[in-house]
Amino acid sequence: MIKKVRPHVNQNEALLFERSSPGKRGYQLPPLDVPAVDAASVLGRGNTRGEIANFPEVSEVEAIRHFTRLSAQNYAIDLGLYPLGSCTMKYNPRVNEQVARIEGLAWAHPYQPETLAQGIMQVMAALEQALAEITGMDAVTLQPAAGAHGEFTGILMVRALLESQGNPRKKLLIPDSAHGTNPATAAMAGYAVENIKSNALGMVDVDELARAVDQDVAALMLTNPNTLGVFEENITRIAEILHAKGAQLYMDGANMNALVGIARPGDFGADVMHLNLHKTFSTPHGGGGPGSGPVAVKKHLIPFLPKPRLARAEHGWSWNYDLPQSIGRVRAFYGNIGMHIRALAYILAHGGDGLRNATLDAVLNANYLRVLLEPYYKLPHQAPTLHECVFSDERQARHGVRTGEIAKRLIDYGFHPYTVSFPLIVPGAMMIEPTETESKAELDLFVDALISIAKEVEETPDLVLTAPHDTRTSRVDEVTAARKPILRWKPPVK
Amino acid sequence: MRYLPKSEIERREMLSALGVESRESLFAHLPAEVRLNRPLDIPAGKSEYEIIDQFRARGAECADGYASFLGAGVYRHYRPVLVDTVVSRSEFLTSYTPYQAEISQGTLTTIFEFQTMICQLTGMEVANASMYDGSTAVPEAAMMAMRLTGRDRVLVARTVHPEYREVLATYARHQGMPIAEVDYARETGALDLADLEQKIDGETAAVIIQSPNFFGVIEDVPRVAEIAHRHGALLIFVFAEAVSLGLLEPPRDADIVAGELQSFAISPSYGGPFAGIIATKEKFMRQMPGRIVGETKDTRGNRAFCLTLAAREQHIRREKATSNICTNQALVALMATVFMTVYGKQGLRELAEQNLAKAHYLAGKLRQRFSGPFFNEFVASAKSPEAINESLLERKIIGGLPLARFYPELGDGMLFCATEMSRREEMDLVAEAFGQ
Repeated sequence: MIKKVRPHVNQNEALLFERSSPGKRGYQLPPLDVPAVDAASVLGRGNTRGEIANFPEVSEVEAIRHFTRLSAQNYAIDLGLYPLGSCTMKYNPRVNEQVARIEGLAWAHPYQPETLAQGIMQVMAALEQALAEITGMDAVTLQPAAGAHGEFTGILMVRALLESQGNPRKKLLIPDSAHGTNPATAAMAGYAVENIKSNALGMVDVDELARAVDQDVAALMLTNPNTLGVFEENITRIAEILHAKGAQLYMDGANMNALVGIARPGDFGADVMHLNLHKTFSTPHGGGGPGSGPVAVKKHLIPFLPKPRLARAEHGWSWNYDLPQSIGRVRAFYGNIGMHIRALAYILAHGGDGLRNATLDAVLNANYLRVLLEPYYKLPHQAPTLHECVFSDERQARHGVRTGEIAKRLIDYGFHPYTVSFPLIVPGAMMIEPTETESKAELDLFVDALISIAKEVEETPDLVLTAPHDTRTSRVDEVTAARKPILRWKPPVK
Repeated sequence: MRYLPKSEIERREMLSALGVESRESLFAHLPAEVRLNRPLDIPAGKSEYEIIDQFRARGAECADGYASFLGAGVYRHYRPVLVDTVVSRSEFLTSYTPYQAEISQGTLTTIFEFQTMICQLTGMEVANASMYDGSTAVPEAAMMAMRLTGRDRVLVARTVHPEYREVLATYARHQGMPIAEVDYARETGALDLADLEQKIDGETAAVIIQSPNFFGVIEDVPRVAEIAHRHGALLIFVFAEAVSLGLLEPPRDADIVAGELQSFAISPSYGGPFAGIIATKEKFMRQMPGRIVGETKDTRGNRAFCLTLAAREQHIRREKATSNICTNQALVALMATVFMTVYGKQGLRELAEQNLAKAHYLAGKLRQRFSGPFFNEFVASAKSPEAINESLLERKIIGGLPLARFYPELGDGMLFCATEMSRREEMDLVAEAFGQ
């Protein structure tokens, strides 16, 4: 039985360009307090454009209805559980939104004098300090714009360190359970990729790693806990193997929500890692960004951090550009400051004890789902679960129903699907991360839904295969979208 | 703790379902040597009131209430109220990347509209869903040009934003992408075409220019395009001040456009989050980095949108992907979308005209360094830029950006920007400071 939702009336909405009509406007500019100038004469006739063909022309009322109607076609955390594995879809506190919009912070220009930017620099310094404490690392840069950008930054630093020692080396080792960003990052940093197979528990095979590490290996990129939600129990041994051969341990911090207040990568051998403020530290995902991907490092990598670096000067904070060994800039200015403000607000709200409590609840939630769902779905890796668990569709596949279809059926029950078909080491993966901000009642509803779907798979598989049924948009034809790409609106041919 | 929705009773019920005593025991398998055996050194949790108070105090330390004539890649434009109204909706704010098209049509539709408007503005045929910002869009565009031409050398104008060029250098170092800079004409402040002719050759993958350039000067895009194309190189056109596109001829001759949309209702926010874009010709679309939304149909035959051309992306292609970009700037791109909708066809032009008028009013009162045509930014010459800025600060005005830090040869140069938010009285005060 579907308990969480029932269908309700939902508006149709045409595209802005179809809603437009000539002469409509949604703005009013104040009168010009200086003389108008003739654009063509000051810019040159060839430099000015004619009207922007088909650009929107709608009223303010139509504009707000347009976006409000469209918004109602989205699922969101504020509507319920969003169990995407490794995405850490937790509640986004609204006070964070409010403080990020405080005028002095939101309107600060990156080139305004440092004496008039002390407040914002202090926010950044406080966040750097808190993240260093949480990760057990020695220094943090807030410059990278997202997780993958942080990976890129971290790997460039590894490369710079090794170059300073005379040999940048040739390749990165990456477990087969890793996110796709890891190998893509390796390529952007000029490294070849060698995959490392996981063992039966879903962990890095230490013997295979020991065989693979040689003088050509720059680093291992490791997610811990990994994408199965499993803690790499041999992590200190792994670090030793790498360090003995002069290689670095890069930790992908995508799953840091399982460790905050419990264990620190800096204490278990990581040399460099990134964090995703939009995962662990509650900044909103916003339909795909903005994120923020701070990178934390141990002492030996500090000289290579991107520039500029925050520095404590006599009269307050200042930007230090005098960093001869720095990898340079990875983006203009200093990072996604708006996200830094939100993340610091989150850390302040929880406090040290609250952050640890959040981790405990996140792991409790994942284990609760694991125990209640294991009778119905196969759990291929039996190692203890931390923040997420990965089932396989093996039993359902016998009835011809795969993970992607179970995911679509979940939509009818009022839930966003889990992560489908990832990690790649689990055939038909169903990767579930509830986070700490789900109540027991919401988890129970989710369990009921998945149990109900497991029954449907056996009794009425067609119902699942053709889902979703109750959404305003039924199954979308993604194949045609890719084969015959239509990437923009064009006026109908008259 | 207010963000944790469970009672102790519920926790105990859940623990008993698991057959364990405490939440801590779920970590019992972690080796002792990796455990943190002390509380985090972070103060106790604070109330909402205390948090707001604390950040207000920080904001008050940051030029709150100052007028500013800084531009240089970050512009003060009015943000229509509708922008925050829309992006504050939970359904946009708290959703994920729209992989599940059936319950993400809101985000997907707005991205499709965004892509369309970026094409209309830039004269390109396709655009992606966003990049991190303008500075990172530049190296991504350069790498795209490398793949498209099979060449590896890149020429970048010295009039491209200095920090964008620094980011390009960071990316290029490990791509086997040699970069050379093309100088500017000392008289006009525009790209030195003779220097370009001299440096370009059959190995050049791309020529990168920005217009209006870092000095505010408008480049001769058709001429540069002609030179680039004559040598089989692509033209990458960069814009940092998107409002200029309301008035300036779009870069139709460019092959790739890499831009920054901060001007479209995105708060300066000390430099981010912003949103970049890459737009290009249809024939190049499969080499574009980043998310792209396409139109299709659902099984009932209704129009629907979905993420598409995923075969370019890291989650499918891993190390063979066009880029490692994953999370981009969707919500910020939505701000730009709402901005473009509110201003629309007429409004964007009127807004650009106001910017033009304000900047030319201010420039008319100062000594201009360059003769090239400009939009809302220009370089003024001053005996002591620092002294001028200090005297302006006393009147709560942040003056222009002294250029010496980026261009040692322009020690007397100050980059001034005036937008629709600049007031005549404030501009007169700037002129006064110059007169002293």
